[in-house]
Amino acid sequence: MTRGRRLAAAVGLVLLVGGLAWTAFGLPAFGHYHHRYGAVAARESLPLRRAENAVNTTAFDYRGFDTIGEEFILFVSVVSVVVLLRELGDEADHPPHRERPGATQQHSTLTRWVGSALMGPLAVIGADVVTHGQLSPGGGFQGGIILGVAVALSFVAGQYLILRRLRAIATWMDMLDAVGAGGFVMIGIAGLISVGPFLDNVLPYGHSGLLTGGIIPLANLSVGIEVAGAVLVVLAELLDQRLLSGPA
Amino acid sequence: MNVFPYLVAVWLLGVGLYGVITSHNYIHLILCLTVMQAGTYVLLLSIGYVHGARAPIFSGIPASARVVDPVVQALTLTDVVVEATVVALLLALVIQVDKRYGSIDPDEISRMRR
Amino acid sequence: MSALPALAVAVPLLLAAVLAGAQAVCGRRVADLLAIAGALTGLAICVLLTIHTGHGLTVYWFGGWRPRHGLALGIAFAVDPIGSGLAAFICGLTTLALLFSCRTTGVKAPHYHVLMLTFMAGMVGFCLSGDLFNMFVFFELMSVSAIALIGYKISEQAALEGALNFAVINMIGSFLFLTGIALIYAHTGALNLAQIGAALAHGGDHRVVVAAFVLIACALLIKAGMVPFHFWLADAYSVALAPVCILLAGAMSELGLYGLARIWFSALAPGLHRHTAVLSAILVALGLLTALWGAVMALRELDIKRLLAFVTISFVGTFLAGFGLLSPEGIAGVAVYVVADGSAKGLLFGCVGILQARRGVVGQARLHGRGRDLVGTGVLFALGGLFMGSLPPFGTFLGKAMIDDAALRAGDGFLPPVVALASALTSAAILVAGARVFLGWGPPLPCRPGDADAEAVSGDDAEADLAVRTPRVMTAAVIGLAVVVVAAGVYSPLDDLATRAAGRFVDVGAYDRSVLHHAVAFRSSAGQPPHWFDYLYGAGSVLLALAVAAVILWAPQRGGLLRALKTAALAVTAPLADLHTGRIGDYAAALVLGVGAIGALMIAVMR
Repeated sequence: MTRGRRLAAAVGLVLLVGGLAWTAFGLPAFGHYHHRYGAVAARESLPLRRAENAVNTTAFDYRGFDTIGEEFILFVSVVSVVVLLRELGDEADHPPHRERPGATQQHSTLTRWVGSALMGPLAVIGADVVTHGQLSPGGGFQGGIILGVAVALSFVAGQYLILRRLRAIATWMDMLDAVGAGGFVMIGIAGLISVGPFLDNVLPYGHSGLLTGGIIPLANLSVGIEVAGAVLVVLAELLDQRLLSGPA
Repeated sequence: MNVFPYLVAVWLLGVGLYGVITSHNYIHLILCLTVMQAGTYVLLLSIGYVHGARAPIFSGIPASARVVDPVVQALTLTDVVVEATVVALLLALVIQVDKRYGSIDPDEISRMRR
Repeated sequence: MSALPALAVAVPLLLAAVLAGAQAVCGRRVADLLAIAGALTGLAICVLLTIHTGHGLTVYWFGGWRPRHGLALGIAFAVDPIGSGLAAFICGLTTLALLFSCRTTGVKAPHYHVLMLTFMAGMVGFCLSGDLFNMFVFFELMSVSAIALIGYKISEQAALEGALNFAVINMIGSFLFLTGIALIYAHTGALNLAQIGAALAHGGDHRVVVAAFVLIACALLIKAGMVPFHFWLADAYSVALAPVCILLAGAMSELGLYGLARIWFSALAPGLHRHTAVLSAILVALGLLTALWGAVMALRELDIKRLLAFVTISFVGTFLAGFGLLSPEGIAGVAVYVVADGSAKGLLFGCVGILQARRGVVGQARLHGRGRDLVGTGVLFALGGLFMGSLPPFGTFLGKAMIDDAALRAGDGFLPPVVALASALTSAAILVAGARVFLGWGPPLPCRPGDADAEAVSGDDAEADLAVRTPRVMTAAVIGLAVVVVAAGVYSPLDDLATRAAGRFVDVGAYDRSVLHHAVAFRSSAGQPPHWFDYLYGAGSVLLALAVAAVILWAPQRGGLLRALKTAALAVTAPLADLHTGRIGDYAAALVLGVGAIGALMIAVMR
């Protein structure tokens, strides 16, 4: 590291951190949030949407359009990982995807069994978290991660290379990602079709239980699919790099 | 104690930045970015906190209960998952850098190019 | 009609998802056609939106969450003519870039098209949004799409490094942005721009607001490429595919400034208006510094794409200075200048793309005289260079003249000559490069082994890929961009329209009331055509550009005074070039120093 960089960084960090610390003393005291926005957002969730989880209502209804944007950031990241780890023309001349010698033998029976045994329960938990987003802590993002991990366990359990041979799996995972991302936009467009604004909550809000919140559970579902697909594609791409030796 | 959580956030931002500037390893550098990011989450969540209030989930608590701000939680929530995949994207770039240069030290790589 | 704001973003996003989902059955041609159709639809929507918005503000509440008792629960798009006009420009630019990339080699369908569409959707959403966090989301969407588009040529080491530098610096920027948003939210309890403005109207002159402004402004200026946050830009823009560069240089950099202007005028100005004069001085100074820095670096640069990246930096500096006047006339000038200059830069990047398709390299040293038979491309390239020198009466001239007039009105008499100097120097840099490549003028340059081209031509297969003749779509796209620059200058009501739109843009009180309550009338002022001295400045800057170009081309042979002058200029500016190390740590250190210094300065003068 050069002297210039060290000097610039030292001065800059002192000024920045000092300035921010000085700013912190001007913020409202910790634990004394008092603005109307949060209070109204929390209070109105149940009466207006029959949705008990106000965080979820904020993310998928009041500010649902943000979530579409965020979902697409996720989608773009996944497409980007695929683009950046793609094989190039000159590499494709050789037979691609040769398994690295010994790659299949690296797992133990125990991992395989434990992994397979956990898969089912985790998938159920994931589905539960996705579908109960409007009712209890959780929702599409959290549940999607759990769902993705449930399937990913089968990779970790050593079955990845076996699954990998089924090329269909890869296409299927890519599809999940796109379906999840497009699904949320379609929910928004449903509002337009019913002659309301984009993302209008067109469905009945229900009374209690799973089918409350109108479009909120559907939005959670589409995000759940998207997130699970994203986790799987990214993991598969990274595992490809580790387990399959390209012709380099 | 009224500003302590904010100062933690500031510290995380600063220490993450220090890490990014001085890093000699791209993977370490990316993790420093996530440290910075943790700072923004601590800041967001602590802003919406209310002493003695409940989580803003009205199952089993009265509708009039005092709850913390759901908005900052929603903002944080969406950002956490997204940034995880952005990190994956950065790591994908690093994998390619490693393939082409055989090194993941930013300074060494720029020396190689010159 | 009422659904237009939502569709402007939803259509490209949905199309991107469809393209990605159908990748198994979607070939290159289909992806090209669908993507162009998507961009054209976006263009049509944004044009309709601009017409529809007319003299007011189109406010669109997602999910129907209209504000109740002045409290905004949901997210709004608040569309004014400047925002939707910029969005339309972006869609048009994307259309031409996609048209251009139909014949660009090394593009993989449909992923590339997906990324271009999401990139466009992110930029359009950023232009239309009236919500601070929503702007951040679209800002991120555009950054993430840009990372992969910059690093697209993964076979080139420089592309990977450029993408990483871009990604890391811009991620730091987005954390600063998010921190600023959190501070604003802590202070006002609002995320809607109008709501923030209304909240800050009372007791908004507070250290938290100042800090938030500094953080958000720095984050946006990182994206814009202002000195000292600009280092990543040259590394990134010089490695991306030519059509991607058209979008990056023509739209993304400028969007950083647009965001700053939008957030200042719609949200923060009511709180910090007491400091307008100080802020204006800081912004104008930084802008002019950036304009000159970029121009000098462009003159020193031999790689044509990197040269154009520095040209981009220089012009962003000029725009920043124009915006820094914080007056409607300044905003109007910048708006016209952004469209004209963005198209002119697109035209130049397009020419470089054609060179790359025909010759495989973009270094002036290797290309010296090898463009002699590409007459059409050479003429267009020279035209682009003259546009950059603000040749009357074209669009770039009009934009510069409007900024000059605004500066004189604000009493900043030093601004016009500095801007003219910067545009003359950038123009000279482009003309020199054009003369070397297309005419073979000047002595041959030595090829350094470290050139970016060295690795590109090392493989034999590089030669085999070259196009025998320039693809028609490429020529069409480039000519289309030239037409925009000419039209912007010739279409005389543009001046007046832009000034009226800018008058509404800065009317913060009317904006806030229109969003939160009901539509109210906006203030607006009429524009005026360029003065006689504007033509003088334009002609002077073109003549200066030609003179500087002549000195650079022929000084080495003539010897004597001119040669000494050139050597001295190179020696004096060498330390500047040495700062562009390509190391991410250095860039991050410069960034921290810049943010810290600007913050300290603001706090010191605003106490």
